[in-house]
Amino acid sequence: MRFLLAIFALVAASMATAKEEVVLGLSQNRVAITANFDGSEILIFGAVKRETPLPGGSSLGVVVAVEGPSVPLTVRRKEKKFGIWINTDALEIDSAPAFYAVATSGPFEEVINQTEDLRHHVSIPRSIRSVGAPANIKNVEEFTEAVIRIRKNNGLYQTLEGAVEVDQETLFKTSIALPSNLTEGKYKTRVFLTRNGEVVSNYETQIDVQKVGLERFLFNLSRENPLVYGLMSLAIAIAAGWGASAIFRVFRQA
Amino acid sequence: MQIYLPIAEVSVNAFLLLGLGGLVGVLSGMFGVGGGFLMTPLLFFIGIPPAVAVATEANQIVASSFSGVLAHLRRKTVDLKMGTVLLIGGLMGAALGVLLFNYLKSLGQVDLLVRLCYVVFLGVIGALMFVESLNAIRRARKATTASVPKRRQRSWVHAMPFKMRFRTSGLYISVIPPLLVGLSVGVLAAIMGVGGGFIMVPAMIYLLGMPTKVVVGTSLFQIIFVTAFTTMLHATTNYTVDMALAVLLLIGGVIGAQIGTRIGVKMKAEQLRILLAMMVLAVCAKLALDLLWQPNELYSIGAAGGH
Repeated sequence: MRFLLAIFALVAASMATAKEEVVLGLSQNRVAITANFDGSEILIFGAVKRETPLPGGSSLGVVVAVEGPSVPLTVRRKEKKFGIWINTDALEIDSAPAFYAVATSGPFEEVINQTEDLRHHVSIPRSIRSVGAPANIKNVEEFTEAVIRIRKNNGLYQTLEGAVEVDQETLFKTSIALPSNLTEGKYKTRVFLTRNGEVVSNYETQIDVQKVGLERFLFNLSRENPLVYGLMSLAIAIAAGWGASAIFRVFRQA
Repeated sequence: MQIYLPIAEVSVNAFLLLGLGGLVGVLSGMFGVGGGFLMTPLLFFIGIPPAVAVATEANQIVASSFSGVLAHLRRKTVDLKMGTVLLIGGLMGAALGVLLFNYLKSLGQVDLLVRLCYVVFLGVIGALMFVESLNAIRRARKATTASVPKRRQRSWVHAMPFKMRFRTSGLYISVIPPLLVGLSVGVLAAIMGVGGGFIMVPAMIYLLGMPTKVVVGTSLFQIIFVTAFTTMLHATTNYTVDMALAVLLLIGGVIGAQIGTRIGVKMKAEQLRILLAMMVLAVCAKLALDLLWQPNELYSIGAAGGH
């Protein structure tokens, strides 16, 4: 998406004590899914605003996390029984984002420590919530790992270590690739500034991912008027069948 | 050219879909099968969610069957009376099938059942047809002139009440067997997400003793209505019919079906049947191997609350 629609939003002075604050820009704050949508790339850039001189002794870390809408999931595991592979154990995962990309300015553990990760749910495993599992299921964590593995292979979960470029401890930028199999919704975009692994400032905004035009029309019709939608599908099918037959008859007679 | 499908929520190549539609359309026209048993697994393979693939495929079969049946109607190779009887059974069967499907969905083993259904039915029917056609070809080669047309054997099919005359098929049989054939095909069609032609065609030939010439047109006639019914059920209950996907598949499909019907006329019935048998067996083998070999990924993600 070429049209650059830079929106600079200043952080409200909510963190009076923070010496460093994020000023963020996005190449676009909404993604339109059109009929020929083939993925998109969002450029996230910003600057660090500070009133005091640069604190010495530690370098600035930046973490950018983009998170799609979360939904509950059922994960099933196959086992060999009676000679064939069938689903046996199933685990409900309370909430897992449909898309999650986290980009950091350096190795993940160095940029943000575990306590902060736990508090802000930054890393991919922390973004998946799974409360209780039935007692009869062993290796519960393997199910969560499987979700991450499968979605990483589909490009839906991304860990981009070192993908955030930081310039002069002040300017930062990164780009996040949104795959073509994107779902609609509000994509929460968070930026964390860290020093020595501690979060010193954070900022949150949203990217709207929406179907537009014909896509929007068909989707709405299928949900709001399923009967009309179904009849329309059948009418198109019958018209196409009849049309092809008629055209071929003309060809044969000619 | 990539196209984003509004209901499936994935982006796929439009020409790939047109090509798949065309290929399956040719087969559909040649053999009088809806092609669902090939198309549905192919759609899974290119990454369409299974629920959307099954529902949309039903819609696409309506188009290719309609296109095919028009060609057959013109040649008067559709037994409308037989078709109607099969259809009554089929609609009842489809409704039953949907009930059964939802029940199994609540048990969480519906995928396995669908796959096993495919393997068993495709395997048995493919093998039977293959052997039968092979024998028929061998017989035709051995005795070209000497063979006397054998009188049709009278089986249990002919011993039932409620007899009806089917003029186009040249049959005078009870309505119960065709009703039962329609019913079981309807049940399987709803569970397996296919038109059911690959089961109905052999059943019409071997069970009802219909002439091969009218079998294809008649099964297409029945399939149109059963799949239209299934499409409506899916569209109104699961919202899984993707119109954009269906349009692309059916543009390829209806053109393919026209070509296929013309190829089918030029080929001998035995050759047609042995080809269909080989294809059915190939799909069956692929599905069976999927069940037997250890999958690369043991885990699968599904929507919460059921299947």
